[in-house]
Amino acid sequence: MSFALRAGETLGLVGESGSGKTTTCMSIVGLLPRAARIVGGSVLFEGEELTTKSQRELRAIRGRRIAMILQDPMASLNPLFTIFRQVAEPAFFHQRLRGRSLRSRVQHLLKAVRIPSPEWRMREYPHQMSGGMRQRIVGAIALAGGPSLVIADEPTTNLDVTIQAQYLDLLKDIQRETGVALIFVTHNLGIVAKMCDRVAVMYAGKIVEQAPVRELFDDPKHPYTRALLGSVPKLGNKDPLYAIPGQPPNLASLPSGCAFHPRCPEALPRCADEEPIDFHPGAGHAARCWRLDEHAAASHGRSHS
Amino acid sequence: MADRILEVRGLKKRFPARAGLFGRPRGWVKAVDGVDFAIHAGETLGLIGESGCGKTTTSKLILLQEPPTEGSIMFQGRDITGLAGAALMAYRRAVQVVFQDPFSSLSPRMRVEDIIAEPLEIHTDLERAAIRQRVAAVLELVGLPSDVAPLFPHEFSGGQRQRVAIARALATDTKLIVLDEPVSALDVSVRAQIINQLEHLQRTLGVSYLFIGHDLATVAHISHRIAVMYLGKIVEHADSDALCARPMHPYTKALFEAALPSHPDDRHAATAVAGEVPSAMNVPSGCRFHPRCPATMPICSQVEPVLQPRDGGGEVACHLY
Amino acid sequence: MRLAPPMSIRSRREAPLAAVVILAALVLVAIFADLLAPHDPTLPVPGANVFDPPFWMEGGSTAAPLGTDFQARDILSRLIYGTRVSLIVGLMGTLVAGAIGTLMGILSGYIGGWVDQVIMRVTDAWLALPAIVFAIFLAAMIGPSMWNIIVILGAVYWTRYARVIRGEVLTLREREFVKLAEIAGASKLRIIKRHILPNVANTAMVLASLTVGVVIIAEASLSFLGVGVPPPQPAWGLMLSEARPTLLAGQWWLTVFPGVCILLIVLATQLFGDWLRVKLDPQQRNL
Repeated sequence: MSFALRAGETLGLVGESGSGKTTTCMSIVGLLPRAARIVGGSVLFEGEELTTKSQRELRAIRGRRIAMILQDPMASLNPLFTIFRQVAEPAFFHQRLRGRSLRSRVQHLLKAVRIPSPEWRMREYPHQMSGGMRQRIVGAIALAGGPSLVIADEPTTNLDVTIQAQYLDLLKDIQRETGVALIFVTHNLGIVAKMCDRVAVMYAGKIVEQAPVRELFDDPKHPYTRALLGSVPKLGNKDPLYAIPGQPPNLASLPSGCAFHPRCPEALPRCADEEPIDFHPGAGHAARCWRLDEHAAASHGRSHS
Repeated sequence: MADRILEVRGLKKRFPARAGLFGRPRGWVKAVDGVDFAIHAGETLGLIGESGCGKTTTSKLILLQEPPTEGSIMFQGRDITGLAGAALMAYRRAVQVVFQDPFSSLSPRMRVEDIIAEPLEIHTDLERAAIRQRVAAVLELVGLPSDVAPLFPHEFSGGQRQRVAIARALATDTKLIVLDEPVSALDVSVRAQIINQLEHLQRTLGVSYLFIGHDLATVAHISHRIAVMYLGKIVEHADSDALCARPMHPYTKALFEAALPSHPDDRHAATAVAGEVPSAMNVPSGCRFHPRCPATMPICSQVEPVLQPRDGGGEVACHLY
Repeated sequence: MRLAPPMSIRSRREAPLAAVVILAALVLVAIFADLLAPHDPTLPVPGANVFDPPFWMEGGSTAAPLGTDFQARDILSRLIYGTRVSLIVGLMGTLVAGAIGTLMGILSGYIGGWVDQVIMRVTDAWLALPAIVFAIFLAAMIGPSMWNIIVILGAVYWTRYARVIRGEVLTLREREFVKLAEIAGASKLRIIKRHILPNVANTAMVLASLTVGVVIIAEASLSFLGVGVPPPQPAWGLMLSEARPTLLAGQWWLTVFPGVCILLIVLATQLFGDWLRVKLDPQQRNL
């Protein structure tokens, strides 16, 4: 798989559970479990190759230049430390700030994530805050090192809708102010529609389609993307939803050929045997589906007749 | 009315909030604070709201998991609070539930056929063969082959388990199923299967649903009518179409604004509603939404608005109208 | 990158071979005691003297391979029949304790309220008493016999089950499948039978495997103290007790053999129980 992302851009990584989206993110920052390994390929960050770096070098990059926001803020925060201590940590270690300058840095960060009365709130502990507030604290910690890339892994799944909207708007504001690039890992196409500039759709460990967000919603080329878009209820539309038949595949025993072919309504005979390659139906648009090959051939044939 | 399956009037539930282990109640958490609604035969009522709005407590009251502090729950014209014996069993037989998490709602040590057969064993004196037939029939109803009956839950995926849970809820001649966020825990591609299945079952069997959810688009899709709850009260209810076309209560509007767009071109401007849901222990005076409301007026902090008919049917509790 | 799982995890999955072999052997010995024992364990060996040493020692004979005791009875035969007593008391005592404890734990956890209060206060009181002293007291009251010992040890050791099972039931009670059964109108009895009991069975099994050893030791102690299995029945604890006066006189075979037997059976059950716990209780909650 391959994808690229420019400064200030937001990439949505969409997929169901087990589609490999979290693994992808973890491999970017070198946090894979020991048993797993990156088989091939490279991760370039600001021109530097990350896969060949040692754990030690990666640690210097993680937290400072690449930060992560995870799904469960309670698991990311240490219940025994004050908010101040947790937000201050990166500035303390990486920027070597102390005393008053450290305190004003923390207040600045908390203000950036819209925590009301930060000088008072930073003395509190995580359990004294609401879920939305905690997730914003995690955001403040992520921003503390002044990262150029933030990877957000389903950061709003546990939040209520109005709180989720507040949080997403906040992330957008921060992006506008700091120019940070975002990778948004989610299963929710609504979040993609709201937040992202480009989208990569994952199925069974592979990116099956990648496109600018509007193009993906208007003209999805991969049957899985189309099915996914058709299966989401839309306000003001009560037509029956498109239900993808079957169950998501088990990564340990993937179907042959195209992993989606057993559930695909448009599968061709070759889909069961040959794994599709990337086709490029438009600028910046790529999809792995044999149908596109046929379309190309058919339109080719027509233009000749 | 004859076709009202369930009618809830003035339903209240308060829990004591204690200071310490032996502390006297510091106050009362008004989880449900005066709720009225009715569900008609073959209809889906959607109950929507954020965490702490009382929708889960409401479902517990209806399922008789908790006794209400006040109010009545009428089932087919008869108050079921304080029922016992055969009348209670008749209610237990007619009202079932499907929970959010299909991984914890099926007993790990029971076979699917025994899980589905349980309500039948409790409420009927059918022979084993007849029970097995009924199990096969409801499995088919929910789109599972009948030969999965002897399997254990761990042999199924999340979506299939949720089908088993629905099959169980349908095993007796069920009149009302409480659907407590039944698709929230499922994969996106499987959610549509379950929603379609539920709609199909309602059309063929005429069963009523109380659909509890937090995702506006999903609730609006499956429900005929929607009631919006905030801090223990219904602030607005209307036909699903009317509510979606014109949400009137500022909180309902906020929910619509916060709802995620279905297309990148629908991105709204910054969300209007600020702040978070206050604790149900210190309910704000007057209108309980006024501290967060973008359209608040002086009267809102003093007088609590009551539900009044709104345009396009339904009711709304807001001083603006 | 290192891919092999740590040895400790893999080795723990396999049953402890030595323990299984010892247990299997002891069970077979207990079942076929009548065939295996060369002599009647309660009568003197014809032609033997008291305190004959094992056969490989000066003055020993193969008629009584492990020597004779103070009544010239065959030590080997007594050990073989003693296996029966130890296993029966160990298993039955554990069964009684497990049955009482599981029932009490379920009632306490599922019914709750004052039932819970009463049962938990009783277990508190039980835990405050030293188990063996309590057992001696009960044995003195109802008189010694193997079946009385079983009942007594069951009555002494049920509290551990009750506490652990109660904790388990408290979480089970909140599980959604139990709620579903309640909503479907299932009676309390049905919920206990169909939903609670099957889900605490593993825990009870693990506890049982760990209790067997404790009960066997307790039986041996009671017999040693003279309030257990009454003579002339052959029980390992009793054999130790009878050998006590001669302990310092150099007749070591009277104490060492029953001692080794007790050690082996307790060690084997504990090892087996430990393995069972890892197998049935993946979260390893240190029961």
